[in-house]
Amino acid sequence: MMPGPMGAAARAEAARLSALFESVGAQAVDTSILQPADVLLDLYGEDIRARAYVTADPLRGEMMLRPDFTVPVVRAHMEEGGDPARYTYAGEVFRRQETDPDRPIEFLQVGFELFGGDPAEADAEVFATIAGALSGLDLRPSTGDIGILMAAVRGLQTSDARKGALLRHIWRPRRFRALLDRYSARTPLPAHKKTLLAAADPFKEAGPQVGVRSRAEVADRISTLREDADTRPLSEEETALIDMILDLRETAPNVLSALRDIAVDMPAITEAVSGLRRRLDALSARGVDVDALPFEGSFGRTTLEYYDGFVFGFQHASRADLPPVATGGRYDALTRVLGQGRSVAAVGGVVRPELVVRIREGRA
Amino acid sequence: MTIRLGVPSKGRLMDKTFDWFGARGLTLRKNGNDREYAGVVEGIGGVELALLSAGEIPRELAAGRLHLGVTGSDLVREKVAGWDLRLRELARLGFGGADLVIAVPQGWVDVDTLDDLDAVAAAFRRRHGFRLRIATKYHRLTREFLKEHGVADYQLVDSQGATEGVVRNETAEAISDITSTGETLRANGLKILSDGLIHSSQATLFRSGAAQWSEAHRATLEALEEKLGI
Repeated sequence: MMPGPMGAAARAEAARLSALFESVGAQAVDTSILQPADVLLDLYGEDIRARAYVTADPLRGEMMLRPDFTVPVVRAHMEEGGDPARYTYAGEVFRRQETDPDRPIEFLQVGFELFGGDPAEADAEVFATIAGALSGLDLRPSTGDIGILMAAVRGLQTSDARKGALLRHIWRPRRFRALLDRYSARTPLPAHKKTLLAAADPFKEAGPQVGVRSRAEVADRISTLREDADTRPLSEEETALIDMILDLRETAPNVLSALRDIAVDMPAITEAVSGLRRRLDALSARGVDVDALPFEGSFGRTTLEYYDGFVFGFQHASRADLPPVATGGRYDALTRVLGQGRSVAAVGGVVRPELVVRIREGRA
Repeated sequence: MTIRLGVPSKGRLMDKTFDWFGARGLTLRKNGNDREYAGVVEGIGGVELALLSAGEIPRELAAGRLHLGVTGSDLVREKVAGWDLRLRELARLGFGGADLVIAVPQGWVDVDTLDDLDAVAAAFRRRHGFRLRIATKYHRLTREFLKEHGVADYQLVDSQGATEGVVRNETAEAISDITSTGETLRANGLKILSDGLIHSSQATLFRSGAAQWSEAHRATLEALEEKLGI
């Protein structure tokens, strides 16, 4: 069993981390444990119900026990925050476990979030601050950059509809792959679609229209399908470049040089690659051993869903089965969604004090 | 030291369960009058009969208050988290068959697969400002299935009965529901997605891992299994 979040050692570690983050200028913020469910559902979709405890208040409706602090902290910042602004928080988060009874259902998180500022500098500050807080624990860092993959997708020689569909599924690798295969004509158009597009009157057998989705919407989709069928397939070269980015797994400087080569054939990623270079410079200036820093092109695609730029994690060096001790990344797009039109550059990370204590005491 | 066997307390599922055991030389019978929910098992010693709602049997098995139970495999998968670690299937009984499927209006001629459903969900959310609603009482099974297949931008709405009617009533755009022939779905203007089969369910005899299993219990179970030929 994992030690409970109420353990005195974990509380003390959380206090140490909070004090450390405050000492570098972060303002301590507090959030409610019960959060309105609608905001979280709208943001994360139905999947959040499998991971968060849902309860109901007779007057306020559905509420969730906070599965993380990001959403309430972003909302608080959007209402009254300055630029740049640094925040820290500490407290329990709650996670439903539907499959593994050994995983904790509540644990402490201590976070450090930075809004605004120069992106490369901000990324480096958050990473280096968290790395510094965890020094001496024999942790292995992982890094990646979802922004490079997104830039590559935006640069594909294809329709906006196809780019939009791929971007929507960046965090669902299996569907992303299926779309890529279809758009590059590796999988043929299904028979149902061939018949539909060939039909003189697609609505001949449709029966009466029922429900909210109107016949006009169906007709619109048929037009979209028709345009899509006429779209030239992605070239082998382009899909090969996407695969190369996804398969990158090297030290950061080697990845940077590989990406520069890829950018020759795919100029759309040039800016994102410069961003990576600036981030590595900023990390180096903060004393991070960049030459040994691992970088993975696919890191953060399955577990860290709302990140859209720099992503990182710290894992115990010899215990890959333990959850990461710390994770974080950039989430500019999330602030756009929560800010209802307004947005702010945001990067941050969280540490799990229980895991720090376990590792420090040699119980890991 | 008796084994507690739970079976559905009414309807066709009860009758068919009684028939299935009867065909193997075991008579299940309700005690006294029809209102009582206890019964007897004749043809073997040490087995006690409990008559429960089929929907409650999964929970009772998971809690270990029943040693054995007959219920739909869909109900066990929906109601018992990590069911395959906590219960074991002893025998599929070959009746009570029904499929849990995703169905959409027949008028959606552009939709045949989950891939289409996902594309439509994205467009629907942009157009209407809310997520496409799928009505179901099988929340867990539906959510896991859609996650596995990478469908996004939907929401589940709870529907405990007459689920086929929700699209017509405009309280949902699609449904995830049990059907045996698809007839009711068709009559309500719905069609099943070609890759929309979530689970093929049938009445199944389950063994609880949480119940107390003493030497005597195990001996009784062995005798029972031999008698049932499973």
